[in-house]
Amino acid sequence: MIFLTTGTQLPFDRLVRAVDDWVEKAKPGCEIFAQVLPATHGPYRPRNFDTRERLSPRDYAEIFDKARLIISHAGMGTILTALTRGKQICIMPRQVKYNEHRNDHQFATVERLKDYPGLFKARDEHELPTRLDAAMRSIGSSRPEAIGLFADRGFTDNLRKFILTGQT
Amino acid sequence: MSSQPKLMVVASAGGHWVQLMRLRMAWRGLPVIYLSTEPGLADIVATVTREDGSPPATFASVTDANLSEKGRLLRQLFEVLLVVLRYRPDVIITTGAAPGYFALRFGKLFGARTIWIDSMANAETLSKSGREVGKYADLWLTQWEHLARPEGPHYMGSVL
Repeated sequence: MIFLTTGTQLPFDRLVRAVDDWVEKAKPGCEIFAQVLPATHGPYRPRNFDTRERLSPRDYAEIFDKARLIISHAGMGTILTALTRGKQICIMPRQVKYNEHRNDHQFATVERLKDYPGLFKARDEHELPTRLDAAMRSIGSSRPEAIGLFADRGFTDNLRKFILTGQT
Repeated sequence: MSSQPKLMVVASAGGHWVQLMRLRMAWRGLPVIYLSTEPGLADIVATVTREDGSPPATFASVTDANLSEKGRLLRQLFEVLLVVLRYRPDVIITTGAAPGYFALRFGKLFGARTIWIDSMANAETLSKSGREVGKYADLWLTQWEHLARPEGPHYMGSVL
């Protein structure tokens, strides 16, 4: 299964449309589950898959577990969840110039984030199809090693010290 | 403060929450109140605290809101105030966004030790709330080394 998610805060039809077009051409041959917040005016209706507006945290976790590939906006929550579960994920950033967010921090995420196994970054809808093709090929050959569930121990130890003593 | 400070850890649902949960070894075993914006997360908190071997944690949820929803934001502010007044935490830790900002400001007002960890999503510049909260945070952190400054925000590490 492929899980497309745009988060619960804002619509992101540019991504939904790009994925719909890719599905039509690439014919990935598996179920597509899409969690999409529709645009208020003239929402894009995908031809190749159904969409759900919201998922409970439990349903979200279940679908995430079933999916072989995650396609998502460049939100840290989805990225971290995919990396900790060893899932291939392809991200595309929201951009202010299309009214998709309040600032371009998602673009910065795509530019600044290190490379991780299984993480595929597309800067826009033009780069997305080739990145999705690459992600699909990698699913066939390997499963990325999951990162740990927790932040670096040194960081949390220092936080704990500050919690207990007020000193860094 | 006793040797077992009471913590309140705060994040709106979504990316801020996922980042907060990656830090929970910092408060493992301590009494904790989790505060977020999605009631369904109570389940997740119960499960992970059990798995971590921590004592059962309290969970509270407030209205979800973003900066463009003034009415909901105001409601969230009052709800956060009530939660802070009810539990009177000794320490407040937050990864943002709006409910974390409110909780930190109220916490500071009532004498709590306050920790702001700006979201990893802010790789080019701190969030608006992250910049404004600086003077109220006892520990003011960014997760990107290149954004750290001598006067703060400081860099201690990142969740990834």
